Amino acid sequence: MTGAPANHAATDPVSEPGAELDRDEALALYRRMLLIRRFEDTVQSLFLRGEIHGTTHLYSGQEAVAVGVCSVLEANDRVAGTYRGHGHALALGVEPQGLLDELLGRETGVCRGRAGSMNVVDLKHRLIGCFGIVGGSIAAATGAALALKRRDGVAVAFFGDGATNHGYFHECLNFAKVLALPVLYVCENNLYGEFTPWEDVTAGQIRERAQTLQIPAATIDGNDVAVVRRAAGEAVSRARAGGGPEFIEALTYRFVGHSRSDPGKYRKPGELEAWRERDPLRRAREVLVEGLGASPDSVAQVEADVAAEIEEVTDRALAAPFPQPGAVREFAP
Amino acid sequence: MTEVIEFRDAIRDALDEELARDERVVFFGEDVAEAGGVFAVTGGLREKHGPERVFDTPISELAITGAAFGSAVCGLRPVIEIMFGDFLGLSMDSIVNQAAKFFYISAEQASVPLVVRSAVGAGGRFGAIHSQLPANWFINVPGLKIVAPSFPGDAKALLKASIRDENPVLFLEHKRLYAMKGPGGEGKEVAELGRARVVRAGTDVTLVSAMKGTHDCLAAAERLTGAGIDAEVIDLRTLRPLDADALLSSLARTHRLVVVEEGPLTGGWAGEVVALLAEHGLHDIDDIWRLATPDHPIPYSPPLEDAFLPGPEAIAASVTERLGSTNGAVGEPMYSPAS
Repeated sequence: MTGAPANHAATDPVSEPGAELDRDEALALYRRMLLIRRFEDTVQSLFLRGEIHGTTHLYSGQEAVAVGVCSVLEANDRVAGTYRGHGHALALGVEPQGLLDELLGRETGVCRGRAGSMNVVDLKHRLIGCFGIVGGSIAAATGAALALKRRDGVAVAFFGDGATNHGYFHECLNFAKVLALPVLYVCENNLYGEFTPWEDVTAGQIRERAQTLQIPAATIDGNDVAVVRRAAGEAVSRARAGGGPEFIEALTYRFVGHSRSDPGKYRKPGELEAWRERDPLRRAREVLVEGLGASPDSVAQVEADVAAEIEEVTDRALAAPFPQPGAVREFAP
Repeated sequence: MTEVIEFRDAIRDALDEELARDERVVFFGEDVAEAGGVFAVTGGLREKHGPERVFDTPISELAITGAAFGSAVCGLRPVIEIMFGDFLGLSMDSIVNQAAKFFYISAEQASVPLVVRSAVGAGGRFGAIHSQLPANWFINVPGLKIVAPSFPGDAKALLKASIRDENPVLFLEHKRLYAMKGPGGEGKEVAELGRARVVRAGTDVTLVSAMKGTHDCLAAAERLTGAGIDAEVIDLRTLRPLDADALLSSLARTHRLVVVEEGPLTGGWAGEVVALLAEHGLHDIDDIWRLATPDHPIPYSPPLEDAFLPGPEAIAASVTERLGSTNGAVGEPMYSPAS
């Protein structure tokens, strides 16, 4: 990977950039990434207005990972996301309206306001959950794979670099390997576990932890959606064919704080700016226009469509009803 | 006439029958397949149902319990074994944060039909960290059921019910009961979770317990007949939810009730029973109290462990003392909390 900032250099990605896509695929992927970015922009602004409560963890900057991976999944596959899960959900096709309504605590939310930002579930769209405890997604996907094995499905776990120091990571990767479970582990290494640089708290290289267990593992440029899509496609095919678990470390960067209370003071000087240069949306747009010959007008049309969609979704969400207090026991066991 | 079987065989038969009945049922844990379990409960199940459905796992409680949750959400009905209840601390996140909350926070998108079996209880000289009865770690977790059988027939019928339940169930098996023999039930019987049972009718005092404690209470009740005290014994069978109706109706008959819990006094389920009866049955109470284990770790040395556990003698002595004392007087607890 060229142009990787210094604190990622040690991870030495083994994938090659410039994976090929056709124009329609590239446009669809760009649209999905843009939807996530605009959605998160809206979440941020609604949060500052006091419309979204508690906390949020935005996916801005990491869009290529979820969109690239989810673009290769099939109907029988299932995904476990994290508390930074809006991008995972939208990449799977979860309705932006249901998701934003959920974040606003409305009765029309995908979990009818019972879950909130960190715990979204949408089984209809293959999302078995977003997990607010670091590493929880790894466990859930490992279990899902046990069931999906019977119907040629593959489970995907998204998790951050911080989760690789968790017991779930070590136990579940070994568990999946010895049982040959069809699961793809996607580590989104965004340089920081919450506020702490990953290399300060992580011994050795993340990819090598998987390789030690003889799990096929690759470190890839997580800001190039075509690279992610190709790597995920290959990994998912092998897993589906009975090859056991697969591991991808996707190098990426979040453009926003860990959560709403994080001013990001730990960032190194120039780091954010360097990563902005590698913005997955900007790069996908360049590939579309310069590499694949998409007309600037067609791309601009997609951008206008997404902006309009988000605006409409936001207006509807703000007008949606809250649950009745009397319904607090609904769904109680 | 029903067949007499060992408690451990009742557990195995329930697993066997449910594995045969429903192909979504799978069973896994440490040493459960090849070795048949460290308490010799699950031998032969892999041979009969195949290695895809009954298998050994690494010593990885986080992975085992997480796998139970993930597979349950995706259509299986997993039963897992956590070898000793003391290890359930490692399983806590998947049980408490994943499995038990899923139904509610997903707004009923799916239920999580899984069973966590675990061997619990003291008296086996296993020491402080292989002898606990950790029901109370889970007693205040909404969405979770806790089943605690006392008799072989019940163990079978309750485990079958637990496997068929749509929600997560923690199924506790007392180590000192595995070798116990009793009627095995009619084979196809499935119990209803959340129902206690009066296992001995009496009029003077109610002894409430679960698992091995039920047997201690029955033995205490026999001793009490010598003192002219006719004790009723209630086997709770399910610790969460508690069977409030059974408890209140017994209290209304006897007006005196002691809850015998193998577990620390502070924050235990015995306190929950007492609170429930105080809230809803205050006017029926002449006396109500708890006998639990003291608030310190379980000792290893046999004389110390025996002194630690409430047995039939201690239960009978406590009842005699309380019934002999003036009604309403505050008696000393049998086991004082450690300072």
